[in-house]
Amino acid sequence: MPSKHNKKVTAITRRQLLARTAASVGLAAGAGLWGYLFYHENPVRRQGGKIYTFKNYRVSDNRLFPALVIVHGKEPLKMARAACEKMGGMERFISPGDRVLIKPNAGWDRQPEQAANTNPALVEAVVRLCREARASEVWVTDVPINDPYRSFARSGIEAAVMKAGGQVRYAAENDFVRTNLHGQVLQVWPVSRFYHEVDKVINLPVVKHHSLSKCTIAMKNWYGILGGRRNRLHQDINRSIADLAASVRPTMTIADATRVLVRNGPTGGNLSDVSVEDTIIAGLDEVALDAYCLRFLNLHVEDVPFLKEGEARGLGVTDWNSLNHVELSV
Amino acid sequence: MKYLTLRNIRRIYSVFFLGLFVLLVAMSDFRNMKGYEVSLFLELDPLVSLTTFLTSWTVYKGLALSLVIIMGTVLVGRIFCSWICPMGILNQWTSHLFNRRRPVDDYGINAYRPLYRMKYYIFTALIVLALFGSLQVGLFDPMAFITRSFATSLFPAINYWGTDLYIRQPLFHGGVLIALIFLGVLFANRFLSRFWCRALCPLGAFLGLLSGFSLLRIRRDVEKCTDCQKCLRYCHGGCDPHAELRITECHVCMNCIEDCPEGAIHFGLPRGTSSMHAPLDVNRRRLIETAVAGIILFPMMRSVVNAKSVPQEGVVRPPGSIEEGDFLRRCIKCGECMRVCPTNVIQPALLEGGFEGLWTPILINKIGYCEFNCVLCSQVCPTGAIVPLTVEKKVGRPPFKKPVRIGTAFYDRGRCLPWAMNTECIVCEEVCPTSPKAIWFETTEVKLHDGRTRSLKLPRLDPAICVGCGICENKCPVHDRPAIRVSSIGESRSPSNQMILEG
Repeated sequence: MPSKHNKKVTAITRRQLLARTAASVGLAAGAGLWGYLFYHENPVRRQGGKIYTFKNYRVSDNRLFPALVIVHGKEPLKMARAACEKMGGMERFISPGDRVLIKPNAGWDRQPEQAANTNPALVEAVVRLCREARASEVWVTDVPINDPYRSFARSGIEAAVMKAGGQVRYAAENDFVRTNLHGQVLQVWPVSRFYHEVDKVINLPVVKHHSLSKCTIAMKNWYGILGGRRNRLHQDINRSIADLAASVRPTMTIADATRVLVRNGPTGGNLSDVSVEDTIIAGLDEVALDAYCLRFLNLHVEDVPFLKEGEARGLGVTDWNSLNHVELSV
Repeated sequence: MKYLTLRNIRRIYSVFFLGLFVLLVAMSDFRNMKGYEVSLFLELDPLVSLTTFLTSWTVYKGLALSLVIIMGTVLVGRIFCSWICPMGILNQWTSHLFNRRRPVDDYGINAYRPLYRMKYYIFTALIVLALFGSLQVGLFDPMAFITRSFATSLFPAINYWGTDLYIRQPLFHGGVLIALIFLGVLFANRFLSRFWCRALCPLGAFLGLLSGFSLLRIRRDVEKCTDCQKCLRYCHGGCDPHAELRITECHVCMNCIEDCPEGAIHFGLPRGTSSMHAPLDVNRRRLIETAVAGIILFPMMRSVVNAKSVPQEGVVRPPGSIEEGDFLRRCIKCGECMRVCPTNVIQPALLEGGFEGLWTPILINKIGYCEFNCVLCSQVCPTGAIVPLTVEKKVGRPPFKKPVRIGTAFYDRGRCLPWAMNTECIVCEEVCPTSPKAIWFETTEVKLHDGRTRSLKLPRLDPAICVGCGICENKCPVHDRPAIRVSSIGESRSPSNQMILEG
């Protein structure tokens, strides 16, 4: 008796036989090819990707202009404008159409008068000067220790930047790219990608006390380019700071000593720790600039090993007096 | 074609309210909150008001808004469920999305089932527990459920797929459990439309009981009706509009009115030819069983080790939290505080604080830390488990004498780089936000392995200044098990969880 399940196949033609054989052979060959192409000694392919290096943001030296300008005054815009004019005008540093990045210290969720971050009025002034020098875009960025949104908002820097026509760029998780710093202790670290997308970089640190490195001014401000677990750098802080300062060479630096946090740094939080100095210092030599600013914190060059380290590496001179400098009040 | 039908008006409301809900959850962060009532939907929830009232005899602030829903329900029935409730609207939409049925199957799916009594039993159990002072409403309340699911699983997932919702991908302790339960509830609609709303939702049960008082209802004219059952096809509540309408199940979705070819159904006062309505269908024996179960369960739930009976080191509550016993009486596990926290430190507890504390907020400093000047979690809490703080109150600036302390940090000198490995570090001191810093250091000469000496800064902690914010723990370079860790002892909210005698 025939089966109940009696559906029968239909005979295939020669053409079908050839087509099916070709398909089977093709799939088998595909399996072989797959193995040939992807065979690997290692369990995981290295997810390398590009490793960046910093470009040189400096402009050529010009001995006609002073290397260090110290300006005393009450109004940051006037002070910054005077400093820039003494140094040959912002046009010397910024070419029309440049994209400029400004790196203030916006590391903490603190208010302006607590002096833990760069004075927002100075950030506003510098953004404005860059716009006047016809920069196409002015980006302001930092990688704060506290929540980035809170740090930029409560430091007053976000509002100041928007008012002056710049943009705040927040570095989110995927805004960090691997960058080789070519340092003694720091080699490949995640760095905010914005630094690789701009033409000029202006360092805009605040002068503050810091218990481990004694002070944080221009050279130490470059901590804020790094992502990752950067607090490991504390274990060799002086060489780390020198490594950072050697790898990022800014177009110019303007240090904010309008209000100086002299104790309990770098966080502060108490107005009694703040000393009003009403000064800004502009320059091209970060070592000399840091060395000058030590006076606000009652420190000397010997107390701060990273300055000697920087001088030894040719980043600048600790004897700022030997440079062509100008001091003025506005 | 008529466009301005009752059904279309309901549809407009549902789109508006679901949109508003998503918008409010999305706005619950530092940059967008700006004083808006982001916890509005939780405050509109009468079940939250009722149960927290039973546990602590107050109708807390914004929860008074829920009385509007009670009034509305008493007048016109369960309008909340299909017009306002984001959970109900989402369930309705997914029910539609998952299913394409023949009309005859729709009639079967949307007819009343005895299974729908279950929500009344859940409601009874929650009320009995609340009467004894144990608040478990957050497990089943739809507003708490959907807010928690959005805050700890859906929004992080949206961010994962590449949006700028957060600056850092949020991570949640056991978040996948919350996500799976949420997806499970949505997936149940594949088998039984609006399974959550009809069978589980205790808020639906509460509103169902209230809607028994309503005068304005769906009414069927028995003389016009030809028993075609077309009214049943798109019924939201499963309330049998073709027969004696079960008023406690009716969502007032208005579909039956539009679907009736005879014009036999209207919404309003009864007419002489209007059909009878069926009363609440619960089994008294089951109801009493549930109540008794609640009565028995309560002392069993209290004879356990939890953060109230024995302080637990891992149960560090957000700043502004009230004393643990009261906290458990107020917290509905809605996760608003977890959504709003800028550093992601607030996490849904698993069993750290006992079973009653499931999904209540705890601080896990390895993930984030409590931002010193931030009081957002205290601003969004709808039930007052976390009472509103100002920055001055939190950090103890005048006129306030003392800061709000959430715990105390302790050094693990066996793991600390300077203490154990003669390595320079003091990151904890750098980031300590108090002024003066609670972490200080002494510089000492230490002898190294090779016999040389070096000067090293050894960190120490002043417990009188430490507020327990945990930034030291979060930033510690030994970050798999930090060398400084915060535990709950010394927290301001507890009179007993203290270690130091203060004058």
